[in-house]
Amino acid sequence: MSERVRARLASWDSIIILLTVAVLVVASLTVSNFGTGRNFTFLVLDLMPIMLVALPMTFIIVTGEIDLSVASTLGLASSIMGYLWNQGLSIESIIPICIVAGALLGALNGFLVTGLGLPSLAVTIGTLALYRGLAFVVLGDGAVADFPFNYTGWVTGTIGDGSVPNVLVLIVPLAVLFGVILHATPFGRSLYAIGANAQAAHFSGIRVARTKFWLYVVSGAVAGLAGVLWTLRYSSARADNGAGLELAVVAAVLLGGVSIFGGKGSLPGVLAGVVLLAALQNALRLQDVSGQALNVVTGALLVLSVLLPNIATSIRNTWQRRRLRRAAAV
Amino acid sequence: MSAASATAPPTPSPVKRIVGALIRTRELGIILALAALICYTAAGNPRFLSGQSVRDILLNTAILAVMAAGQAVVVITRNIDLSVGSVLGLSAFAVATMMSANPGLPMIVAILAGLAIGGVAGLINGVLVRFGRVPALVVTLGTLYIFRGVTYSWAGGQQVNADELPRHFLTFANDSFLGFLPWLVLIALIVVGGVSVMMRNYRVGRELYAMGSSPQAAELAGIRVARNLLGVFVLSGALAGLAGVLFAARFGTVDAAAGTGLELNVVAAVVVGGVAVFGGSGTVWGAGLGALLLTVIGSALAVLDINQFWQQAIVGALIIAAICADRLVAVRIARALRKKDSHV
Repeated sequence: MSERVRARLASWDSIIILLTVAVLVVASLTVSNFGTGRNFTFLVLDLMPIMLVALPMTFIIVTGEIDLSVASTLGLASSIMGYLWNQGLSIESIIPICIVAGALLGALNGFLVTGLGLPSLAVTIGTLALYRGLAFVVLGDGAVADFPFNYTGWVTGTIGDGSVPNVLVLIVPLAVLFGVILHATPFGRSLYAIGANAQAAHFSGIRVARTKFWLYVVSGAVAGLAGVLWTLRYSSARADNGAGLELAVVAAVLLGGVSIFGGKGSLPGVLAGVVLLAALQNALRLQDVSGQALNVVTGALLVLSVLLPNIATSIRNTWQRRRLRRAAAV
Repeated sequence: MSAASATAPPTPSPVKRIVGALIRTRELGIILALAALICYTAAGNPRFLSGQSVRDILLNTAILAVMAAGQAVVVITRNIDLSVGSVLGLSAFAVATMMSANPGLPMIVAILAGLAIGGVAGLINGVLVRFGRVPALVVTLGTLYIFRGVTYSWAGGQQVNADELPRHFLTFANDSFLGFLPWLVLIALIVVGGVSVMMRNYRVGRELYAMGSSPQAAELAGIRVARNLLGVFVLSGALAGLAGVLFAARFGTVDAAAGTGLELNVVAAVVVGGVAVFGGSGTVWGAGLGALLLTVIGSALAVLDINQFWQQAIVGALIIAAICADRLVAVRIARALRKKDSHV
């Protein structure tokens, strides 16, 4: 086995993919109702918003930045959707408006981070509060629920009479698109370069600021789309839709092997991370473990996803040092 | 290096120097904003300055300020502690359960228990950050989930009601020291004042600023980074635990959701209070002022009959304004330093 193949197999994203497959297999065998088609539909619907938002989040974290405002953008898009629907606009025009609104909110993040050079963590904690607050300003604490059934039914429905949810038609092409861009285009490579060393990337002719700006725009637009789908799925536009989702998204991305310092990670790993978290929660819920107690699992996985590779590295370093010392002694 | 000390202009007259230093003090901006807001609100509705209203504002600030003091120290060392809201929930529920089971315990035991619970939680954070070499953002995001989940599993949907708690525990929140200063406010003042003095005048405080300015340089300079970092996280956790006791005493009814999302307000108070997220600058009493400002905004909205829903949006806008201001100051300092160098 060549060195490269071995490194690939031992990398965190391969481990997480294997772990995800193992969890899916074990859960289907041991948890009753986990392997049913109906549960598969629910599983996909549950992970849909996290999966969507995690795609651009992966790009952003690979460049060494972060966007904590995504869940609030989702909520504001949902509020706008409810507000415009109450104003009597058609749903066909509301949906693009919500996505554009998300893109504009992302553009504000991007401007603050790249235009003014502010730290993205602080900026997006600020816009997290700002956008969620605006969502409440737009819609108050009420809910708008009378969306047309041909849309809400499509989001919760399945293809034909099977158990493959319609929303996969949206998620799968988007995931493939993001994966191809990240792993098979010069643009994707430039994201890793930025994350590894933004200054070096700048001197190699990569437009660092412009790239980051557009990543935030895309992140906002996708969060807007996720807000639309969330609203249609529960057929309820509320200002607090998706509250706290940013933490689940960041947890899934880091669990998928993306380094919080940037420059490292892969999209397949992230997708596995999203599925792993959703499947674990789903399986434990079927076992009647309370939803809030699942937080312990999410949090522990998040910490372990960074802790274990660190421990592995330090053990390897210790071995290597000992081997070198022994070689020197001989 | 603190922002204020780096900015001595080249040839100042004493008056100019003092005025210049005052203008560059980040805390002055908060005090002015606070004064303007209070004047405006009081002009609109004099009830805003009534004894009861001021008392409520101070009581609400106390809990936030205690947590902000700990968070400020963490942020000054270029870290962050997002788990404080969950630590508050865990401590509040644990102490409330303890007090309802043993009504005879004195208040000081409750406070020590809260400090201990929070301290242990903070120690876990610190060990993972320092010895696991996991970034503080990741660790405390994880323990935010974990501590909250532990509280939920323990509570299992139960809550502790005010009528199960001993009287002396509940009256503690409303009783006053010497008749005018509520105990909660006194504790907050002691915490903010004590930590401020530690950061300003003691060796360990200056070491923490040095660690925030440059972690590598601090290590090379012989500062005991590991010990200090553990201490910082224990302090932040212990203060969040103390805040949990105050929370339980003030509100009486405690369930597993106590303090959910509070970490955001705490970070907001710290950032608005002039502590730079890149570490190395800012003051603890500034963070205390930030907590006061956020609370006053909340009350002012209610008094002025402005839609309460604006509150969160305003907090968000304030955070962004504060980091923009920090950036502006940093850019001007850099320019001033460059100018000074070119004269030499």
